[in-house]
Amino acid sequence: MLRYALRRLLGLFPVLLVIFTLSFVLMRAAPGGPFDAEKPVPAEVKRNLELKYHLREPWCEARFLPALREGLEPAVERAVRAEQPWASRAEKLCTGLFQYGWMLANYATGDFGPSYKYKDRSVNEFIAAGLPVTIQLGLVAMCFALFIGLTAGLIAAIRQNGWADHAAMGMALLGISIPNFVLGPLLILVFALTLVWLPPARWGSWEYMILPGFTLGSAYAAYIARLTRGGMLEVIRQDYIRTARAKGLSERLVILRHAVRGGMLPVVSYLGPAMAGLFTGSIVIERIFNIPGMGRYFVDAALNRDITLAMAVVVVDAIFLLVANLLVDLALGLLDPRVRYEE
Amino acid sequence: MNPALAIEEEVQGTSLWQDAWRRLRKNRMAVFSACVLAAMFLFVVAGPWVVPWSYEQQDLAYGAQGPSWQHWFGTDMHGRDLLVRTMHGGRISLLVGLLATAVSLTIGVVYGAISGYFGGKVDAILMRVVDVLYVIPFMFVVILFLVLFGRSLLLLFVALGAVSWLTMARIVRGQVMSLKNSEFVDAARAAGVGHAGIIFRHLVPNALGSIIVYATLTIPRVMLEEAFLSYLGLGVQAPDASWGLLVADGANSMIFLPHMLIFPGLLLTVTLFALNFLGDGLRDALDPRMKS
Repeated sequence: MLRYALRRLLGLFPVLLVIFTLSFVLMRAAPGGPFDAEKPVPAEVKRNLELKYHLREPWCEARFLPALREGLEPAVERAVRAEQPWASRAEKLCTGLFQYGWMLANYATGDFGPSYKYKDRSVNEFIAAGLPVTIQLGLVAMCFALFIGLTAGLIAAIRQNGWADHAAMGMALLGISIPNFVLGPLLILVFALTLVWLPPARWGSWEYMILPGFTLGSAYAAYIARLTRGGMLEVIRQDYIRTARAKGLSERLVILRHAVRGGMLPVVSYLGPAMAGLFTGSIVIERIFNIPGMGRYFVDAALNRDITLAMAVVVVDAIFLLVANLLVDLALGLLDPRVRYEE
Repeated sequence: MNPALAIEEEVQGTSLWQDAWRRLRKNRMAVFSACVLAAMFLFVVAGPWVVPWSYEQQDLAYGAQGPSWQHWFGTDMHGRDLLVRTMHGGRISLLVGLLATAVSLTIGVVYGAISGYFGGKVDAILMRVVDVLYVIPFMFVVILFLVLFGRSLLLLFVALGAVSWLTMARIVRGQVMSLKNSEFVDAARAAGVGHAGIIFRHLVPNALGSIIVYATLTIPRVMLEEAFLSYLGLGVQAPDASWGLLVADGANSMIFLPHMLIFPGLLLTVTLFALNFLGDGLRDALDPRMKS
C-alpha cells in the first residue's frame, strides 16, 4: 500500500510536466507579446521589461541576431527580423527554451514569478488569496452534493420503482440538465432579490456560501444520486445481504451497516472526476456570485493576457486534481477488499 | 408462392437493431424526448424564416419589453426580438454540439480502434497517453486557447471536440478488443482484407451500438460546455447569439427583464434534458449490459 502510494506520487510528476509544457507552448505560440497592448513605452524600457521576464535572452540574440543588441526602435527591430527570417525564428526558439528552463526551475521551487499585468504583485500573492476561497467553495458544494445525492440515491434504491424512486431520478436528470449558470441567476432572483433571505453575491460568512455552494453542487448531487442508486441496487441482490437478512437483522441495519459500504464504491470512485468538475464549475460560479477565487482570477487573467497568472492557475489546479484522484484511489483500496495494488 | 421462401421468412431472427428499436419504443420517456428534440430542431431551423424579424434587427419602438403579441418572447435592451434570437442561438448551440461531437467521434473511434486492434505495446502507449490526458483540467486549456488564438466558431468546436474524445476512445477500444478474435475477423483476414479494412469495415460497424449511445450522451455535454464558454464571453460574440450568450445577457438584466433569462434558459435546459433522456433510453435499448 505505502509502496503503491509512493509510486503513484512519483508518477504525478511526469503528468505535471506535460501540463506545464502544454500551457507553456500555448503561451509561447500565441501571437503578440504581453506588453504590446500597452501604450507605447520607450524601446529601452520595453527591452528591460522583456529582459526581466526572460522574453528576451542576450545570449540568444548575440548568437543569432547580433544586430538586435542595442535598444532599437520596434520598427527597426521588425525590419532586422524581416531581413533574416530564419535567424529570427532560431532566436525565438532559443529564447523560448531559455524561458522554459527558467520558469520550470522557478515552478519547482514554488515561485510562479511576477504577474504580467499587475507588475507590483507576484502570482503567488494572487494564488494565496484565491485558492482558499475556491477550496472553501468546492468543499461547501461537495457537502451539498454528498448530502443530497446520498440521501436521494438511498431512498430511490430502497423504494425501487416506487414514486419516490421516479421522483428522485427525475430530479436527478433535471439537476444534470440544468446548467449551473442558469440555476445560479435564478436562485439569486428568487432567494436574494425577491425573498431577500440570502446575500446575492460576494464571499464571507456562511450565509454567503449557501447559494453558490448549492448551485455548484447540484449537478454533482444528481450524479451521486444516480450512482448511489445503481450501486445499492447491485449490492442488495448479493449473497451477503441475503445472509444478513436471513440471520434476522432489521432492514435498517442491513442497509446501513452492510449494503451501504459496498453500494458507496461507485460514488467514491466518482469523487475524483467530480473534483475536476468542481474546479471548472467554480470558474463560472465565481463570476456569477462575484467571488474572489481562483476561477475568477483565471478568466480575468486570460482576458488580460496575464499569461503567467493564467498558467499558474492551470498548474496549481492540476496539482490539486492529481492529488485528489490519488487520494480517491487509495480510499477505494481501504473500502473495497477486492482492490489489490498489483505490479 | 414458393414454400421454401415462406419457411425462410418464418425462421428469420430479429436483428440487434430490431430488438433495440422494440425496446426503445417501449420506453415512453425516450420516445417523448425524441419528439421534443425533433420539435426543437424544427423550431430553431425553420423558425427564423417564419418570424418577421431577424436576429440582429432592432425594433427601437419595442426595446427592453416583456412578451407581447409582436414579440412573443419579448425584446432585449437593443430592441432585438428574443424569439428569433433564441431560435438563432439554438441553431448555433446545436451546430456546435453536433460538429464538436463529430470531431470527438472521429478522433475517439480511430484512436480507440487502433489501440484495441493492435494491442500489446501500441495499446499500452496509446492508453497511457489517454490516462495522462484524462487528468488535465481541459476547460482551462480551452479557455487559454480561445483567448490567445481568437474566438471563432471553428476554433470553438475543434477545441471542444479535441478534448472530449477520451472516453469514446476507451469505449471503442474495449469493444474492438472483445471482437477482434471473433471468427468473422479471421474469415476477413483469410480473405485477404488488410488491417484498415478489418478495423473500419468489420470491427467498427459491430461496435456501432456503443458508439451511438456515447455520441448521444456527448452532444449535451458539449452543448453545455459551449454554453459555458459563451456565458464567460469566450464563445460566440454579439450580435450573433448562442443559448449560453443569451443566458449570460439575461442574467445581467434579470432584475428588470426576467424573461431574458427564463426563455433561453428554459429552452437550453429542455434540450439538454431531452438529449440526456434519449441517451439513457438508447443505452438501455442498445446495450443493456452497459446500464449502470
